[in-house]
Amino acid sequence: MHSFGYRANALLTFSVTILALMCAMASISDTFNSPSPTAHVQVLNINRFQKKSNGDDEIGMTLSISADLQSLFTWNTKQVFVFLAAEYKTPKNAMNQVSLWDGIIQLKKDAKFSTKFKNKYRFIDQGSNLRGRNINLTLHWHVMPKIGKMFADKLVVNGFQLPYSYR
Amino acid sequence: MDVYMALFPCDSTLEDLTKRLHSLAAGFHELMQMKLVLYRIDANKMDWQGQKVAEQLMQIMLVVFAIAAFITGYVLGSFQLMLYVYAGGVVLTTLITIPNWPFFNRHPLKWLDPSEAEKHPKPQVVMGSVSKKKPAKK
Repeated sequence: MHSFGYRANALLTFSVTILALMCAMASISDTFNSPSPTAHVQVLNINRFQKKSNGDDEIGMTLSISADLQSLFTWNTKQVFVFLAAEYKTPKNAMNQVSLWDGIIQLKKDAKFSTKFKNKYRFIDQGSNLRGRNINLTLHWHVMPKIGKMFADKLVVNGFQLPYSYR
Repeated sequence: MDVYMALFPCDSTLEDLTKRLHSLAAGFHELMQMKLVLYRIDANKMDWQGQKVAEQLMQIMLVVFAIAAFITGYVLGSFQLMLYVYAGGVVLTTLITIPNWPFFNRHPLKWLDPSEAEKHPKPQVVMGSVSKKKPAKK
Protein backbone atom coordinates (compact mmCIF):
# COMPACT_ATOMS: atom_id res chain seq x y z
CA MET A 1 0.00 0.00 0.00
CA HIS A 2 2.92 2.24 -0.68
CA SER A 3 1.74 4.81 -3.16
CA PHE A 4 -1.43 6.56 -4.22
CA GLY A 5 -1.75 4.51 -7.40
CA TYR A 6 -1.25 1.25 -5.53
CA ARG A 7 -4.03 2.03 -3.05
CA ALA A 8 -6.35 3.23 -5.81
CA ASN A 9 -5.82 0.01 -7.75
CA ALA A 10 -6.40 -2.16 -4.66
CA LEU A 11 -9.58 -0.31 -3.81
CA LEU A 12 -10.92 -0.53 -7.35
CA THR A 13 -10.37 -4.26 -7.73
CA PHE A 14 -11.72 -5.06 -4.27
CA SER A 15 -14.84 -2.95 -4.74
CA VAL A 16 -15.61 -4.52 -8.12
CA THR A 17 -15.14 -8.03 -6.70
CA ILE A 18 -17.53 -7.25 -3.87
CA LEU A 19 -20.01 -5.80 -6.37
CA ALA A 20 -19.92 -9.07 -8.29
CA LEU A 21 -20.62 -10.98 -5.06
CA MET A 22 -23.54 -8.68 -4.24
CA CYS A 23 -25.05 -9.24 -7.66
CA ALA A 24 -24.68 -13.01 -7.28
CA MET A 25 -26.46 -12.83 -3.94
CA ALA A 26 -29.23 -10.73 -5.46
CA SER A 27 -29.67 -13.32 -8.18
CA ILE A 28 -29.78 -16.19 -5.67
CA SER A 29 -32.38 -14.37 -3.58
CA ASP A 30 -34.81 -14.93 -6.45
CA THR A 31 -35.02 -18.62 -5.57
CA PHE A 32 -36.78 -17.73 -2.32
CA ASN A 33 -39.72 -16.39 -4.27
CA SER A 34 -42.52 -18.91 -4.84
CA PRO A 35 -44.85 -17.43 -7.43
CA SER A 36 -48.54 -18.20 -7.66
CA PRO A 37 -49.93 -16.70 -10.84
CA THR A 38 -53.53 -17.11 -12.00
CA ALA A 39 -55.03 -16.69 -15.42
CA HIS A 40 -58.35 -17.09 -17.19
CA VAL A 41 -58.76 -17.24 -20.97
CA GLN A 42 -61.97 -17.29 -22.94
CA VAL A 43 -62.56 -17.64 -26.67
CA LEU A 44 -65.21 -15.11 -27.44
CA ASN A 45 -65.71 -15.77 -31.11
CA ILE A 46 -64.27 -17.62 -34.08
CA ASN A 47 -64.27 -14.94 -36.73
CA ARG A 48 -62.84 -16.84 -39.64
CA PHE A 49 -62.05 -20.49 -40.33
CA GLN A 50 -60.89 -21.13 -43.87
CA LYS A 51 -58.64 -23.37 -45.84
CA LYS A 52 -56.07 -21.31 -47.68
CA SER A 53 -55.15 -21.83 -51.31
CA ASN A 54 -52.01 -23.76 -50.39
CA GLY A 55 -54.01 -26.24 -48.36
CA ASP A 56 -53.34 -24.91 -44.83
CA ASP A 57 -56.10 -24.11 -42.37
CA GLU A 58 -56.32 -20.64 -40.92
CA ILE A 59 -58.32 -19.37 -37.96
CA GLY A 60 -59.06 -15.85 -36.82
CA MET A 61 -60.51 -15.60 -33.32
CA THR A 62 -61.31 -13.06 -30.64
CA LEU A 63 -60.08 -13.89 -27.15
CA SER A 64 -60.12 -12.34 -23.72
CA ILE A 65 -57.51 -12.87 -21.04
CA SER A 66 -57.60 -11.81 -17.43
CA ALA A 67 -54.51 -12.71 -15.39
CA ASP A 68 -52.72 -11.88 -12.18
CA LEU A 69 -48.96 -12.32 -12.57
CA GLN A 70 -47.93 -10.00 -9.74
CA SER A 71 -46.37 -12.75 -7.65
CA LEU A 72 -43.76 -13.32 -10.36
CA PHE A 73 -42.16 -9.93 -9.69
CA THR A 74 -39.23 -9.65 -7.25
CA TRP A 75 -36.82 -6.80 -6.55
CA ASN A 76 -34.57 -8.34 -9.18
CA THR A 77 -37.14 -8.45 -12.00
CA LYS A 78 -36.65 -6.27 -15.03
CA GLN A 79 -39.67 -7.35 -17.06
CA VAL A 80 -41.95 -10.29 -17.72
CA PHE A 81 -42.61 -11.47 -21.26
CA VAL A 82 -45.94 -13.28 -21.47
CA PHE A 83 -47.54 -14.99 -24.45
CA LEU A 84 -50.61 -17.10 -25.11
CA ALA A 85 -50.13 -20.21 -27.22
CA ALA A 86 -52.57 -22.63 -28.74
CA GLU A 87 -51.18 -26.13 -28.39
CA TYR A 88 -52.51 -29.22 -30.10
CA LYS A 89 -51.50 -32.58 -31.51
CA THR A 90 -51.89 -33.66 -35.12
CA PRO A 91 -51.07 -36.93 -36.89
CA LYS A 92 -48.14 -35.17 -38.56
CA ASN A 93 -46.66 -33.37 -35.50
CA ALA A 94 -46.62 -34.53 -31.90
CA MET A 95 -46.80 -30.95 -30.66
CA ASN A 96 -47.92 -27.82 -32.43
CA GLN A 97 -47.58 -24.51 -30.63
CA VAL A 98 -48.92 -21.35 -32.21
CA SER A 99 -48.49 -18.01 -30.49
CA LEU A 100 -51.67 -15.98 -30.58
CA TRP A 101 -50.77 -12.97 -28.43
CA ASP A 102 -47.82 -11.63 -26.45
CA GLY A 103 -46.99 -8.71 -24.23
CA ILE A 104 -44.24 -7.24 -22.09
CA ILE A 105 -44.97 -6.27 -18.50
CA GLN A 106 -42.44 -3.95 -16.91
CA LEU A 107 -44.17 -2.87 -13.71
CA LYS A 108 -45.63 -5.00 -11.01
CA LYS A 109 -48.92 -3.13 -11.00
CA ASP A 110 -49.39 -3.81 -14.71
CA ALA A 111 -49.12 -7.54 -14.06
CA LYS A 112 -52.76 -7.73 -13.08
CA PHE A 113 -54.58 -7.16 -16.32
CA SER A 114 -57.58 -7.99 -18.43
CA THR A 115 -57.68 -7.52 -22.19
CA LYS A 116 -59.77 -8.48 -25.16
CA PHE A 117 -58.21 -8.87 -28.59
CA LYS A 118 -58.20 -10.53 -31.95
CA ASN A 119 -55.28 -12.90 -32.35
CA LYS A 120 -52.14 -10.79 -32.85
CA TYR A 121 -50.40 -13.41 -34.95
CA ARG A 122 -51.99 -15.60 -37.57
CA PHE A 123 -53.09 -19.05 -36.54
CA ILE A 124 -52.12 -21.20 -39.52
CA ASP A 125 -51.76 -24.94 -39.35
CA GLN A 126 -49.25 -27.06 -41.21
CA GLY A 127 -51.85 -28.86 -43.18
CA SER A 128 -55.58 -29.17 -42.82
CA ASN A 129 -56.02 -30.67 -39.38
CA LEU A 130 -57.94 -28.11 -37.42
CA ARG A 131 -61.53 -29.10 -37.94
CA GLY A 132 -62.89 -30.42 -34.69
CA ARG A 133 -59.42 -30.36 -33.08
CA ASN A 134 -59.07 -30.01 -29.30
CA ILE A 135 -56.61 -27.27 -28.49
CA ASN A 136 -55.08 -26.20 -25.17
CA LEU A 137 -54.78 -22.50 -24.57
CA THR A 138 -51.59 -22.12 -22.54
CA LEU A 139 -50.18 -18.98 -20.98
CA HIS A 140 -46.36 -18.90 -21.04
CA TRP A 141 -44.16 -16.38 -19.31
CA HIS A 142 -40.45 -15.56 -19.24
CA VAL A 143 -39.24 -13.65 -16.18
CA MET A 144 -36.21 -11.54 -17.14
CA PRO A 145 -34.12 -10.50 -14.14
CA LYS A 146 -32.01 -7.42 -13.72
CA ILE A 147 -29.14 -9.77 -12.98
CA GLY A 148 -28.95 -13.55 -13.17
CA LYS A 149 -30.74 -16.33 -14.97
CA MET A 150 -34.00 -15.95 -16.85
CA PHE A 151 -36.57 -18.58 -16.08
CA ALA A 152 -39.71 -19.57 -17.93
CA ASP A 153 -42.87 -21.31 -16.90
CA LYS A 154 -46.37 -21.92 -18.17
CA LEU A 155 -49.92 -22.51 -17.11
CA VAL A 156 -52.42 -24.58 -19.11
CA VAL A 157 -55.50 -22.44 -18.80
CA ASN A 158 -58.23 -24.36 -20.53
CA GLY A 159 -59.07 -26.49 -23.47
CA PHE A 160 -61.21 -25.54 -26.39
CA GLN A 161 -62.66 -27.46 -29.26
CA LEU A 162 -62.50 -25.94 -32.72
CA PRO A 163 -65.59 -26.10 -34.89
CA TYR A 164 -66.11 -29.00 -37.24
CA SER A 165 -66.75 -27.00 -40.35
CA TYR A 166 -65.36 -23.97 -42.09
CA ARG A 167 -67.14 -20.67 -41.77
CA MET B 1 17.32 14.23 -32.70
CA ASP B 2 19.02 17.57 -32.03
CA VAL B 3 20.21 16.38 -28.62
CA TYR B 4 21.64 13.25 -30.26
CA MET B 5 23.48 15.31 -32.89
CA ALA B 6 24.76 17.67 -30.23
CA LEU B 7 26.04 14.78 -28.12
CA PHE B 8 27.51 12.77 -30.98
CA PRO B 9 28.58 15.08 -33.84
CA CYS B 10 29.71 13.24 -36.95
CA ASP B 11 33.27 14.52 -37.02
CA SER B 12 34.31 13.72 -33.40
CA THR B 13 37.20 11.43 -32.52
CA LEU B 14 37.00 8.26 -30.43
CA GLU B 15 38.59 10.10 -27.46
CA ASP B 16 35.97 12.78 -27.71
CA LEU B 17 33.17 10.21 -27.70
CA THR B 18 34.65 8.41 -24.70
CA LYS B 19 34.76 11.66 -22.74
CA ARG B 20 31.15 12.33 -23.55
CA LEU B 21 30.17 8.83 -22.45
CA HIS B 22 31.98 9.26 -19.14
CA SER B 23 30.23 12.54 -18.46
CA LEU B 24 26.92 10.90 -19.26
CA ALA B 25 27.67 8.07 -16.81
CA ALA B 26 28.60 10.56 -14.09
CA GLY B 27 25.39 12.44 -14.68
CA PHE B 28 23.38 9.25 -14.46
CA HIS B 29 25.07 8.36 -11.18
CA GLU B 30 24.09 11.75 -9.80
CA LEU B 31 20.53 11.20 -10.96
CA MET B 32 20.42 7.87 -9.10
CA GLN B 33 21.64 9.59 -5.92
CA MET B 34 18.90 12.18 -6.31
CA LYS B 35 16.33 9.43 -6.79
CA LEU B 36 17.36 7.79 -3.51
CA VAL B 37 16.87 11.09 -1.71
CA LEU B 38 13.45 11.54 -3.36
CA TYR B 39 12.31 8.09 -2.22
CA ARG B 40 13.14 9.05 1.33
CA ILE B 41 11.12 12.24 0.97
CA ASP B 42 8.21 10.21 -0.50
CA ALA B 43 8.26 7.80 2.43
CA ASN B 44 7.29 10.57 4.83
CA LYS B 45 3.81 10.81 3.31
CA MET B 46 2.38 7.67 4.86
CA ASP B 47 4.35 5.52 7.26
CA TRP B 48 4.24 1.72 7.57
CA GLN B 49 1.74 1.73 10.41
CA GLY B 50 -0.45 4.12 8.43
CA GLN B 51 -0.33 1.91 5.36
CA LYS B 52 -1.57 -1.06 7.36
CA VAL B 53 -4.36 1.02 8.86
CA ALA B 54 -5.32 2.36 5.43
CA GLU B 55 -5.52 -1.13 3.93
CA GLN B 56 -7.57 -2.56 6.79
CA LEU B 57 -9.85 0.46 6.82
CA MET B 58 -10.46 0.15 3.09
CA GLN B 59 -11.38 -3.55 3.29
CA ILE B 60 -13.62 -3.20 6.33
CA MET B 61 -15.42 -0.14 4.99
CA LEU B 62 -16.14 -1.73 1.62
CA VAL B 63 -17.51 -4.93 3.17
CA VAL B 64 -19.66 -3.01 5.64
CA PHE B 65 -21.08 -0.80 2.92
CA ALA B 66 -21.75 -3.83 0.71
CA ILE B 67 -23.71 -5.56 3.47
CA ALA B 68 -25.62 -2.39 4.30
CA ALA B 69 -26.41 -1.80 0.63
CA PHE B 70 -27.67 -5.35 0.10
CA ILE B 71 -29.91 -5.29 3.17
CA THR B 72 -31.30 -1.87 2.25
CA GLY B 73 -32.02 -2.93 -1.31
CA TYR B 74 -33.59 -6.24 -0.29
CA VAL B 75 -35.83 -4.79 2.39
CA LEU B 76 -37.00 -1.85 0.32
CA GLY B 77 -37.25 -3.96 -2.82
CA SER B 78 -35.13 -1.72 -5.00
CA PHE B 79 -32.11 -2.99 -6.90
CA GLN B 80 -31.22 0.54 -7.93
CA LEU B 81 -31.14 1.73 -4.32
CA MET B 82 -28.69 -1.03 -3.44
CA LEU B 83 -26.35 0.14 -6.19
CA TYR B 84 -26.63 3.78 -5.12
CA VAL B 85 -25.84 3.02 -1.47
CA TYR B 86 -22.86 0.90 -2.51
CA ALA B 87 -21.57 3.56 -4.93
CA GLY B 88 -21.80 6.14 -2.15
CA GLY B 89 -19.87 3.80 0.11
CA VAL B 90 -17.12 3.33 -2.47
CA VAL B 91 -16.75 7.10 -2.93
CA LEU B 92 -16.57 7.63 0.85
CA THR B 93 -13.95 4.90 1.20
CA THR B 94 -11.93 6.45 -1.60
CA LEU B 95 -11.95 9.83 0.12
CA ILE B 96 -10.83 8.36 3.43
CA THR B 97 -8.21 5.78 2.50
CA ILE B 98 -6.52 6.96 -0.69
CA PRO B 99 -5.18 10.46 -0.02
CA ASN B 100 -2.19 10.86 2.32
CA TRP B 101 -4.03 12.18 5.35
CA PRO B 102 -1.89 13.24 8.34
CA PHE B 103 -3.46 10.67 10.67
CA PHE B 104 -1.78 7.96 8.58
CA ASN B 105 1.62 9.42 9.44
CA ARG B 106 1.64 9.31 13.22
CA HIS B 107 4.58 6.89 13.50
CA PRO B 108 7.10 8.18 10.97
CA LEU B 109 10.47 6.48 10.60
CA LYS B 110 13.45 8.76 10.82
CA TRP B 111 15.60 8.00 7.77
CA LEU B 112 19.38 8.41 7.91
CA ASP B 113 20.77 11.58 6.31
CA PRO B 114 22.66 10.85 3.05
CA SER B 115 25.81 12.60 4.30
CA GLU B 116 25.63 10.47 7.44
CA ALA B 117 25.26 7.31 5.36
CA GLU B 118 28.49 7.98 3.51
CA LYS B 119 30.41 7.90 6.81
CA HIS B 120 29.34 4.29 7.37
CA PRO B 121 29.95 2.42 4.12
CA LYS B 122 28.34 -0.98 3.47
CA PRO B 123 30.64 -3.91 4.22
CA GLN B 124 32.21 -5.30 1.02
CA VAL B 125 31.75 -8.98 0.16
CA VAL B 126 35.24 -10.51 -0.37
CA MET B 127 35.23 -13.19 -3.13
CA GLY B 128 37.10 -16.44 -2.39
CA SER B 129 36.91 -16.21 1.35
CA VAL B 130 33.60 -18.11 1.45
CA SER B 131 34.33 -21.41 3.20
CA LYS B 132 33.22 -24.55 1.43
CA LYS B 133 31.91 -27.32 3.60
CA LYS B 134 33.22 -30.70 2.53
CA PRO B 135 31.04 -33.71 3.28
CA ALA B 136 32.28 -35.55 6.38
CA LYS B 137 31.40 -39.02 5.16
CA LYS B 138 30.94 -40.30 1.64
